[in-house]
Amino acid sequence: MDFFNVLVVDDEEDFVETFVNRLNKRKVPTTGVLSGEEAIELMKKKDFDVVILDIKMPGGMDGIETLREIKKIQPLAEVLLLTGHASVETSIEGMKLGAFDYVLKPIKLEELLPKLAKAFERKDAHDSKIRSAKIKKLLRYW
Amino acid sequence: MKTSLYTNLQRKIITITLLVSFAPLFILGATMYYQFSVLSKDKTEEQIKYRARAQAQAIDLFLKERTAILSAMADTHSFNDMIDEKNLSYIFEVMNLRAGAFVDLGVIDNAGQHLSYVGPYNLRGLNYYQEGWFGEVMSKGVYISDVYKGFRQLPHFIIAVRRWEGQRSWILRATIDPDIFGSIVLSAQIGKTGDAYLINKAGVYQTHPRFGAQILSEFNLNTKLFGGGTTVVEEKDIHGKKLLYAGSWLNNNKWLLVISQEPAEQMRRLFALRNMEIAIIILGIFAIILTTVFTTRLTVSHLRDSDAKMNELNAQLIQSDKLAALGKMAAGVAHEINNPLNIIIQKTGWMEDLLADEEFQNSENIEEYKKSLEKIDYHVERARKVVHNMLGFARKMEPHLEDVDINGTLNRTIDMLENYARTNNIDIQTDLDKDIPIIASDEAQLQQVFMNLISNSIDAIGKDGLIKVESRRIDENINIAIKDDGPGIPHDQLKKVFDPFFTTKHTGKGTGLGLWICYSIIEKLGGNISLDSKVGKGTGFTISIPIVIPEKK
Repeated sequence: MDFFNVLVVDDEEDFVETFVNRLNKRKVPTTGVLSGEEAIELMKKKDFDVVILDIKMPGGMDGIETLREIKKIQPLAEVLLLTGHASVETSIEGMKLGAFDYVLKPIKLEELLPKLAKAFERKDAHDSKIRSAKIKKLLRYW
Repeated sequence: MKTSLYTNLQRKIITITLLVSFAPLFILGATMYYQFSVLSKDKTEEQIKYRARAQAQAIDLFLKERTAILSAMADTHSFNDMIDEKNLSYIFEVMNLRAGAFVDLGVIDNAGQHLSYVGPYNLRGLNYYQEGWFGEVMSKGVYISDVYKGFRQLPHFIIAVRRWEGQRSWILRATIDPDIFGSIVLSAQIGKTGDAYLINKAGVYQTHPRFGAQILSEFNLNTKLFGGGTTVVEEKDIHGKKLLYAGSWLNNNKWLLVISQEPAEQMRRLFALRNMEIAIIILGIFAIILTTVFTTRLTVSHLRDSDAKMNELNAQLIQSDKLAALGKMAAGVAHEINNPLNIIIQKTGWMEDLLADEEFQNSENIEEYKKSLEKIDYHVERARKVVHNMLGFARKMEPHLEDVDINGTLNRTIDMLENYARTNNIDIQTDLDKDIPIIASDEAQLQQVFMNLISNSIDAIGKDGLIKVESRRIDENINIAIKDDGPGIPHDQLKKVFDPFFTTKHTGKGTGLGLWICYSIIEKLGGNISLDSKVGKGTGFTISIPIVIPEKK
């Protein structure tokens, strides 16, 4: 499995910090931001494979709005929704907007890693399809 | 308290109804009786008045007839014929044949000498010149006397007519039979107490009345009480008894025919009417009392029932309101706890990650650290379970409809718990109704409910016991009963068992969410859950789910 880029978006600083540390320790390049706005700013500059996004963030953009923006900037980035809220409606809305899956807080890293891997696999598959499509396109004109 | 409230209400309704219905009954009865008595009295007076007038006319006619025949005899015979007693006797016979009631007949000359006589008494040769009637007849021509004793010393009255024959006048005189006359007068009386008699102007009896007085004795009332024509008065007689008197003047206002009668006698019909009225009123009162008491009791008991139902409904509403509020709060609390828990988990995870590094492996307390982190993990896990139960349940709140076989679900749930029960020597008996249809419901949620209830029962019993699981179809519902013979739930805790976080289990063993979740699930599925528990006898939960037939696919 190739190494992939992860962005963690959550308003809980302690969580973001620790989470980033733990993923980095597992050699997963991870960046953490504390709000939707920061995430958007960052994603305009840098590509991410998987975004872990908290649905409920007080003040500013909430998770769903952030998700919409993310999908505009980087449509291929897979988004894992993180929710402390048991709202099925919100999660379904998120899935409709293109989120890959949702997980309930509190979550152990061991449980989250396989989902991250799956999300990346899908992203990777998409990427390779696009790549081969591009190659085919190039070949055609060759 | 409550009972006396209803009893009071019942008493009030009955009292008011009875008062309202009795008052008009009594007033109507009294009015009717009064009107009837007035009517009856009027009628009685009318009757007696009519009778007095008619009888007076009859007696007048009787007297006129007698006077007329006497006058005719005097006018058609000469003095000389009359003195011959053979002729006189013949005339007497003719008169009695044609008119009757004559006792004797005599001829008297203008000097008062009784010249000839036919009759039972020896009156011939007597001189009447000094008698009052003689002067009257000589001056007036015709005279009917009052009753008097005369020479014969017996009460009688006479009719006398004067005849002019040339320069000479003579008198033909007849005596009326007092018995016949008396009986004619008496025939006017009616009833057992009625009487009829004649009185002259001076108040002396002219005929023999039925009761009390003798002929020629004094009448107890003043004749002036009786005016012209026919008069009715109500007066006391000599014995002080109230009598109704009707008086009618006759014989040129010389005599008064009196008919007397006890008013009570005529009133007998009125009394009968009164008795009937009283009987009807009493019957009416009984009927009113019976129906009032009956209908009031019925109404009050209906009221009591509906009040009880209302109270039960209110209690249910309060219960579900309370649970809904508590549920919201619990969900909120759970959410707020999730974030810190999440951080704790990440932190312990991070510490574990770091402990795996080589430099820490040599630390002498590394085992203690590891143990502590494990403990923290364990307890976070505990907290997470509570919160997850709550959130997981909340997430699953929207029922997912599918075809559910209640009996099958029950059997599968019991299979899962069978081992657990058997190790505690608890027997689970099932009595399932085979006629229960497949319904549209949420099997997973129902299974969770059954699981919670049965495992609760097992926990309640502890060791050695019996759990009975029943399913029944009742009308449009399926009833599922789960009963155990455990220790039961104390009365003061019965209301709290469905509250979230209410538990009697040891800390860490139960979250207190099981029954709350059951309650909420069943409510969401449109059913209801109730329990019945007696300390020392056991606890029974009854779930009622509406039968919703799945749509045909």
